[in-house]
Amino acid sequence: MLGLNKKDTSLMIVVAILALFAPFILNPFPEGSAMAQFNAGYPDLMQRFVIFGIFAIGFNILFGLTGYLSFGHAAFLGIGSYSVVWMYKLLDYNVIWGLPLAIITSGLFALLIGYVSLRRSGIYFSILTLAFAQMSFNLAYSVLTPITNGETGLQVYTDDAQVLLGANEATSPHLFGIVMNSSAKLDLGPWSFTFNNGYYFCAIILLLVFYLAIRIFRSPFGMMLRAIKSNQTRLNYTGLNPRPYALAAFVISGMYAGLAGGLMAAMDPLAGAERMQWTASGEVVLMTILGGTGTLIGPVLGAGFIKYFENIFSKINDNILHQWFAFLPDGLEDFVVFIIHPFIGKGWHLTLGILFMLVVIFLPGGLVEGGQRIKRALSRKKDADAAKTEPAE
Amino acid sequence: MGILEVKDVGKRFGGLQALSDVNLSVKENSVHAIIGPNGAGKSTLLNCLVGKLIPDTGSVMFDGQSVLGRTPYEINQMGISRVFQTPEIFGDLTVMENMMIPCFAKRDGAFRMHAIENMMAEKDIVEKAEAMLVDMNMADKKDMHSASMSRGDKRRLEIGMCLAQEPRLLLLDEPTAGMARADTNNTIDLLKQISDEREITIAIIEHDMHVVFSLANRITVLAQGTPLVEDDPENIRGNPKVREAYLGETA
Repeated sequence: MLGLNKKDTSLMIVVAILALFAPFILNPFPEGSAMAQFNAGYPDLMQRFVIFGIFAIGFNILFGLTGYLSFGHAAFLGIGSYSVVWMYKLLDYNVIWGLPLAIITSGLFALLIGYVSLRRSGIYFSILTLAFAQMSFNLAYSVLTPITNGETGLQVYTDDAQVLLGANEATSPHLFGIVMNSSAKLDLGPWSFTFNNGYYFCAIILLLVFYLAIRIFRSPFGMMLRAIKSNQTRLNYTGLNPRPYALAAFVISGMYAGLAGGLMAAMDPLAGAERMQWTASGEVVLMTILGGTGTLIGPVLGAGFIKYFENIFSKINDNILHQWFAFLPDGLEDFVVFIIHPFIGKGWHLTLGILFMLVVIFLPGGLVEGGQRIKRALSRKKDADAAKTEPAE
Repeated sequence: MGILEVKDVGKRFGGLQALSDVNLSVKENSVHAIIGPNGAGKSTLLNCLVGKLIPDTGSVMFDGQSVLGRTPYEINQMGISRVFQTPEIFGDLTVMENMMIPCFAKRDGAFRMHAIENMMAEKDIVEKAEAMLVDMNMADKKDMHSASMSRGDKRRLEIGMCLAQEPRLLLLDEPTAGMARADTNNTIDLLKQISDEREITIAIIEHDMHVVFSLANRITVLAQGTPLVEDDPENIRGNPKVREAYLGETA
């Protein structure tokens, strides 16, 4: 279907189902129950799942296929956001103007940064990209204040031009009148599900770019990128020039990052320099490695995993812990809360760090490898069961 | 005029004159062996031919065109393929994918952006790669992870990948180094078959005299960075100068 083989088609269908039914899947616990705080089915978080998923898919085209580890992809994220907000300021709140511009400008910046950085490989490449990203961050934060509005962040003011703004037009981001931050609610018994326009807009774009990523993975171009990772010497002595291939991969992944940044601004009409900071670049590296480098679905899983922990674990506080462990004797209760305390709330990074170490040590292939192992164990068990039922000879 | 003409090539590394006044002419469709003791400059010479090193003096002409100053992939696109001492293949890719890459390089040149097409839908490439695998007796290993093959198979695959580019000159750098006797003999047979069946010139650097005398129809002996003799195999065997270079004066 659509030029995909059977396996990729089923993967595509699974991702489509997950994306379209996410409001149900992520809200398994009834409203008001003790477990409700583990629900992730609210628009803000779902949008972040999808946007960082797009970011990580693009990053994986560079890192997963060619092995070039960029530590500066957040720069493109920021460039995408600024492009979109500038279109709000100059034209109007319709995201149709800003998103293509976000992709184009981040692509141009990626061309420039990639052209210089790809003269080196390995750790030197990583350092060069990191340097470029930090330069971009500092420029956005201070020097380029007229364009980026410095530390306040770029936003729309009432005296902005907005030449296309109609009289009855919405004053928040929309797509031809479909307002991003409006939602429909569905109450089923004790459950409550939210369907947000912005989320579905992002989800549809995710499906498009995920499909594009599958096509790239299965194309001759994708094979050349894997060949770069595998053996550049052989590639050179096979009459192929690795540099334009790597540069093309860098630009494509920069455009993915720009699109993700643009979507952030499409959900919330703000753009700040902190989006370009190196921690954001590092985060996408973690997402890709955690999910499974070089796999199709891995980066999306990694992005979801990290964003879930960031938002859910950071919300748990000592009061909630005391409620959970209320059944214990007083002294013991305090002790248990004391032990768990550093891992929750602001300490969620500690939990993430431990999980990351466990995954890297025990599942070098990331969450995808975990899934494959479970699948293999299950099928082995099935085989063993089948063997048992056969009559002995 | 040979297909490859090396004239007065010299190369110095710091205080070491690795090559001096190297003159070499490789005739079209011949098998030309370059032999010599350790440190004679065989590998340096080879690296000068493929663009990895640039000689300080002299010229290297391939088919009437200079190769000097060109990058390895440009020289490869001119029609020179190289087999390495330790097989260089794409270890993370399957055998079939390994074979498809040189086919793409032959058809599309050094760079082409084909990011949306499905690679398995490129019928001509798939057919050519499959035919090449059959030629190399590797059709059954098509879907294998190439890094997991034996050294002999990796060598076979590498030679096949070079041939898939239809080169006019195939350079081999000690193709049987570190191989068991049986694998060595297989490689000799394979190379014999290639030079009999294809319009191809082979230049081979080799240590193993058994390999050299079973394949070559022209031999250049290199010693201390400069050619000692160039002659037919029969004459090389009895040449006292060659003996001296290999075994020392007292022998």
